[in-house]
Amino acid sequence: MIFIALLFIPRILSIHDLMLFEYGITFAIVGLGFNLLLGYTGLLSFGHGAYFAAGAYSVAMIAKYLPQAYSLEILIPAALFFSLVLSIIFGFVCVRHTKIFFSILALSLSMLLYALLFKLYHITGGSDGLRVTLPTLFGMSFKGIRRPEFLSGTYYYFLLGMFSVSFLVMKGIVSSPFGKALQAIRDNEVRAELIGIRVRRYRLYAFMISGMFVGLGGALWTFVNGHVTADLSHWVFSGEIVYMTLLGGFGIFEGPIIGAMIFTYLKLYAMGNTQYWMFVIGATLIVLVLILPNGVAGAVSSLWTKIKLKSD
Amino acid sequence: MLAIDNLKKHFGFVKAVDDVSLNIEEGEIVSIIGTNGAGKTTLVNLISGYIKPDSGRILFFDKDITYASPYVRIKLGVGRSFQLIQLFGGITVLDNVRTALFSKYGMIRRGLLSADRYSSVTEEAIKILDNFNMSDKKNLTPKGLSEGDLKILDIAIAFALKSKLLLLDEPTSGVATSDKFKVMDSIVSAIKKEGISTLIIEHDMDIVSGYSDRVVVMHEGRIMAQGKPDEIMENKEVKATVFGIVS
Amino acid sequence: MWVVYTLNGLYFAALLFLISLGLNIILGVMGILNLAHGSLYAIGAFIAAWVIIAIGMKVPVFFLYVTLLSGLVLAGIVGFLMEKSLIRFMYKRTLEYQLLLTFGALMLLEDVIKMIWGGQAYYASAPFDLLGKVEIWGHIYPIYFLFVMVVALMAGLFIWLFMSRTKLGIMLRAISLDREMATGLGLDINRLSTFAFVLGSGLAGLAGALVVPTTPALLGFGHEPLILGFIVVVVGGLGSLKGALVGSLLVGFTRSFGIAVFPEIELPLLFLIAGIILVVKPEGLFGR
Repeated sequence: MIFIALLFIPRILSIHDLMLFEYGITFAIVGLGFNLLLGYTGLLSFGHGAYFAAGAYSVAMIAKYLPQAYSLEILIPAALFFSLVLSIIFGFVCVRHTKIFFSILALSLSMLLYALLFKLYHITGGSDGLRVTLPTLFGMSFKGIRRPEFLSGTYYYFLLGMFSVSFLVMKGIVSSPFGKALQAIRDNEVRAELIGIRVRRYRLYAFMISGMFVGLGGALWTFVNGHVTADLSHWVFSGEIVYMTLLGGFGIFEGPIIGAMIFTYLKLYAMGNTQYWMFVIGATLIVLVLILPNGVAGAVSSLWTKIKLKSD
Repeated sequence: MLAIDNLKKHFGFVKAVDDVSLNIEEGEIVSIIGTNGAGKTTLVNLISGYIKPDSGRILFFDKDITYASPYVRIKLGVGRSFQLIQLFGGITVLDNVRTALFSKYGMIRRGLLSADRYSSVTEEAIKILDNFNMSDKKNLTPKGLSEGDLKILDIAIAFALKSKLLLLDEPTSGVATSDKFKVMDSIVSAIKKEGISTLIIEHDMDIVSGYSDRVVVMHEGRIMAQGKPDEIMENKEVKATVFGIVS
Repeated sequence: MWVVYTLNGLYFAALLFLISLGLNIILGVMGILNLAHGSLYAIGAFIAAWVIIAIGMKVPVFFLYVTLLSGLVLAGIVGFLMEKSLIRFMYKRTLEYQLLLTFGALMLLEDVIKMIWGGQAYYASAPFDLLGKVEIWGHIYPIYFLFVMVVALMAGLFIWLFMSRTKLGIMLRAISLDREMATGLGLDINRLSTFAFVLGSGLAGLAGALVVPTTPALLGFGHEPLILGFIVVVVGGLGSLKGALVGSLLVGFTRSFGIAVFPEIELPLLFLIAGIILVVKPEGLFGR
């Protein structure tokens, strides 16, 4: 039902609003992936920007160095591959430790990537970053079309398709036996180990899957943004990912999606109205944590439950 | 099926377990009683693998598990519950048991189909909950359960692991006195149905005499006496040291 | 040149020691990982730079160095305000909320710094220049760096004596070892926690103030020291003073020699070494 409505969006929204919506969708994919690790496995990483950057830079680097392969059907698997590899390496280091160390290491490793992306500017473009042009899709070329047209046309449906697939896959994962095992680890890692779940190993699996989803989001994002920079791996950006997930609510499956959409508009609003948008984000984050720890979706859900109880 | 030979565990000067030998047959329910510090929990920790002994042997179905890791022992069929309830608070009662079953059957790798689609495992989980009279609560989360129900769930999870030997550390502690028998009834009927051997640490003598096939009395790290519940209750030495009754 | 590299290593270690000591005190006593620790470092730097520029040459030279303490003081005050308004809500909550809250504070403080001091760089090199240079084993070396090492050493000694000899210090250690037990003993956890937070924040501010005569205070100033501080804590072990010392020396030397050999390699090399240590000892060198 909602999906059908989404198909008509390009006709309703202006180009500008549509681009914003598309940003929101890419972050929704990121949020779904991130929440597998946070909401379902109980691990908080302030370093997931690294996997976003991995996906984004896969696209940008192929654009620069392998233009003959610059096609979506190659780019997407490449982004998934590189973000998977990175999340295996970083994840392996992080999951061996207790929660505090885990968070510190996840953060530090993403900053390591940031430093590398920043310093190796001959390859990566450093702080200037790399440009991302329009790719081809199964042989369809978009030469001659300008980005806004691309985004409101074919790309929108591609993006929607990717989002739908991500949504369904993640839905399957969290309700599966694997998903239940992750939640058991989140709730009581000692007992989880005692019922035969190899906690470290499954945390790594969760880390890897979340890394891939985030990397996919990153790759899809590049076409909307047209440009990638090292900042994508900076912890401030990682913090934004955490923020959106929290904003929407990490206790509910759809929470991160809602959070991603709200955050995209919130950030734009804040940035448009004040140069101190970090203050706004920081302040609202604090307020959220103190007052609405279950996020918007969580609050709505409890409100709904209360209303239902009253009417019974 | 469980044979303990001359087990010793000293912590510095404290002889927590001092030359203990014990056999448990299949299907037996054995209670361990004794004063605090008598070595009961240490013995259970040694059997479940949390700590390793200084000397002695533990054989489980003739397999030497003396120094095996807890993980290995669980796989072999040694299950245990804890004094402090250890549950998975964020998932349903059904999932608490079902996840243990998935783990037991090596199915937790399966990541794409919904858990509900695995009907045989789900039915088995419901059956286990039935044995413990908890199947009506299967869709609740632990937050909505009473203390007694939480205890039963804790044991039901250990149960789901198809343990052949169950180690229960004070299963009724923290449960309201009025509920204790109800809890034990549920647990023991489920145990008897499957023929599982059980070792229970208990302080409540009514529970002990009501449900045990055999009682083992520990004092200062050693086994002071063992026998049928009524024999132990009449034993003068036991009465003096454990109950403080001097006649 | 090895002499210079070694001395530089000690200099970096000195600064990191102050930062990680602060982190460890807060982590040890309160169990809270303060992501905004770097912001306190930055605040210390900006305030010290501002004070030095403002009063600069108008006071006797001795006071110039005392003004560096202004960094410690203001960071301590900000820490106090933070603790009273935010941190105290976090004791009952889980780690995730603590990290989120301090992360929010980090973003907030980042812009507060921007609001107060704008986006430009603050140069306050007077304390550095005035001390001049000295010759050590044939190499010319700025005395200011040695001054920083001395200050850090003194601070370390002070904290060590404080923690082991004074009643207040012993109480703080009691809390870090077993919080519940400490409450049972009648210790005023709230006031002591506030004190620990202020102390930790002050140390961060002091480090920032000490750095300012050598590097201009800029936005984003606190990010790298924070990451390095985290690495020190992870490598040295949570809540360990010895760990902070050894970890700082390790990171400081790696940095100094790394930069000298091949600048790009500095951070990856550091992570590599940290990674190896963690593989062997996941709790850190002196961790519990």
